[in-house]
Amino acid sequence: MTTPNAQTHYSGPAVRQDAVSRTLSVLVDNEPGVLARVIGLFTARGYNIDSLTVTETEHEKHLSRITIVTRGTPSVIQQIKHQLERMVPVHRVHDLTVEGKAVERELALVKVAGKGDKRIEALRLAEIFRAQVIDTSIEHFVFEITGKPSKIETFINIMTELGLVEVSRSGIAAIGRGPQGM
Amino acid sequence: MARQMTGAEIVLKALADQGVEYIFGYPGGAVLPIYDEIFQQEKIKHILVRQEGGALHAAEGYARSTGKVGVALVTSGPGATNAVTGLTDALLDSIPVVCLTGQVPTHLIGNDAFQECDTVGITRPCTKHNWLVKNVNDLARTLHEAFQIARSGRPGPVVVDIPKDVQFGTGNYVGPSNIVHKTYKPKVKPDQGPVRQAVELIASAKKPIFYTGGGVINSGPKASQLLRELVRLTGYPITSTLMGLGAYPGSDKQWLGMLGMHGTYEANMAMHDCDVMVAVGARFDDRITGRLDAFSPGSKKIHIDIDPSSINKNVQVDIPVVGDVAYVLEDMLRTWKSLAPQVDKAALKSWWKEIDGWRAKRSLAYKASKDVIMPQYACQRLYELTKDRDTYITTEVGQHQMWAAQFYHFDEPNRWMTSGGLGTMGYGLPAAIGAQLAHPKSLVIDIAGDASILMNIQECSTAVQFNLPVKVFILNNEYMGMVRQWQQLLHGNRLSHSYTESLPDFVKLAEAYGWKGMRCDHPSDLDDAIREMIAFKGPVLFDCRVAKLANCFPMIPSGKAHNEMLLGEEVSDEEVGRAIGKEGKVLV
Repeated sequence: MTTPNAQTHYSGPAVRQDAVSRTLSVLVDNEPGVLARVIGLFTARGYNIDSLTVTETEHEKHLSRITIVTRGTPSVIQQIKHQLERMVPVHRVHDLTVEGKAVERELALVKVAGKGDKRIEALRLAEIFRAQVIDTSIEHFVFEITGKPSKIETFINIMTELGLVEVSRSGIAAIGRGPQGM
Repeated sequence: MARQMTGAEIVLKALADQGVEYIFGYPGGAVLPIYDEIFQQEKIKHILVRQEGGALHAAEGYARSTGKVGVALVTSGPGATNAVTGLTDALLDSIPVVCLTGQVPTHLIGNDAFQECDTVGITRPCTKHNWLVKNVNDLARTLHEAFQIARSGRPGPVVVDIPKDVQFGTGNYVGPSNIVHKTYKPKVKPDQGPVRQAVELIASAKKPIFYTGGGVINSGPKASQLLRELVRLTGYPITSTLMGLGAYPGSDKQWLGMLGMHGTYEANMAMHDCDVMVAVGARFDDRITGRLDAFSPGSKKIHIDIDPSSINKNVQVDIPVVGDVAYVLEDMLRTWKSLAPQVDKAALKSWWKEIDGWRAKRSLAYKASKDVIMPQYACQRLYELTKDRDTYITTEVGQHQMWAAQFYHFDEPNRWMTSGGLGTMGYGLPAAIGAQLAHPKSLVIDIAGDASILMNIQECSTAVQFNLPVKVFILNNEYMGMVRQWQQLLHGNRLSHSYTESLPDFVKLAEAYGWKGMRCDHPSDLDDAIREMIAFKGPVLFDCRVAKLANCFPMIPSGKAHNEMLLGEEVSDEEVGRAIGKEGKVLV
């Protein structure tokens, strides 16, 4: 229940629902400003963006795929979907989380600096996580790691102890399971 | 066959092929090639406004009174930024407007050139869609697409930003028929499942109500016709939002008056107590719902809307029907007739009895006066003296707008132009100019306030230049009345900056512009003065001096539900004034 506020005529927030995390895949025409439109919608309407990736995926048709991980109540998620769908350059919006377990992967580049035991331990752990060394000197490594966001999160947490310098992450790329496309 | 033309020629050709008669605009450096083309043709008439904001509202007034697309043409930089308010206004009220903006040459974009601004960036959130045309060969297609998007689906404003070198450049022209859009395909025809469910629910209702909005007007005259048919067939009561007035005749017995914050008691009570609500082209705006968690708690809700994002946005509904109102109502009527359901006549009778009880409260009543003109009385007299004419009404924003909505009754759609969603003061005069152009023989009246009218007063010149006999009927109380009313009700009557001091002499102001100026300050003179205003062939600025401290009632007070309305007659101005302080605050 909301409490009526005697100072304003605007109604209070609606009944609270629990927020859920959803991965949306948005197929758009790759035209100037399309990303600004999508991001502008999220900021203007107060929606969250936890992760966002975008690249042209079908060059001959000039189609880009935007993958957005967002968080909100089910009714907010529904609104986000409808608001995206009514944008002129948007072809389709799919809620991958709802439509069946989607495959989600992320890539991270992780720079770790250190000497001696810590350096050896970092390399040993990288092997366990199947991270590749893509740049090195006698006092640093740059690891390339791909996987579920949770795996990357864990890897980064461990590396914090071992001389983590910086991280660059791609954001989440996601795709539905099974033979059909979106 | 594609034809070679300059960009500026393409603009004029595309507008002509789209059936444009008028463009509202203001020239400037970045649109000079287009203005040069305008000079050399006679098909399209250019209406020179006095500020770009006026061009957008005039285009809105034209669009709203005709159902066609309104067109505005402005220059880059300040021309475009001045257009932003009108674009946002059109977006919130779903008015089809195409706004062409000049832009600095493509090679200068991003260089902070003279009169450069990021027009597509600035207008992205206040348009349905916008384009920056960098290649003259894309221009014709983009313009046709712009018209298609502005007028179809849920209508709205679009911007086409055209750099000056593109206007000078030479490219191919394509006609409107060749345009098919890849992604934009709004759903206009409804699914039959929800239509049938809706009809069955409507038929089973014991306390039904139709709640209609601007979507009915946007859908076109046929939608209003079908709505009337359905409402009469069922015998159910109907109310409407501010934007929907005129879709159903305001003089009909099934009509409950407008609903919402300043709606009638019977409309709001019926909304609160109904068991089936049929929302038609309305969007459950906060001025309609009041307190959301107490909004019509016991009802099943049907929502007909062309925009799926309007459904379940503010209020959860039981049966959503996505489609154009006219198509949906047509299908509903057909389904109704084929099912031939029996409505519960006894229940309906007792529902109407309940409604008549609320009507008996006479929520629009006000204390009449022999000495001063009550603003409500002025609106009533204006209605009585103009209702048998071919009249179009526009308004500004504030108390006068609500009184106009309460006391001026519309029997036809497209007769009422007001800024509902955005609430833009200064809308009424330019909108009246747009409406008058479209209907040169009709009587067009802007019901205005003394504060609002000053926001676009410069458009008086436009009316004179183009011989537009618009009438501006100012309910002059020397206050920003609605601001003052809220300060009185909510902020301890501390009238912070709501007194419009140093008002101009409106009669002299009118005369300075070449208008007729009139003043009336006594109820007994009012009828004759209004008649004189109507009879005058040219534009008239009518300074109607009304009671200064009148409040707009009834009102759903802050944070309250539909069944907790504050009625006007129970509280006189003096009493409201005295009720201020702690008790007053508790009251609202």
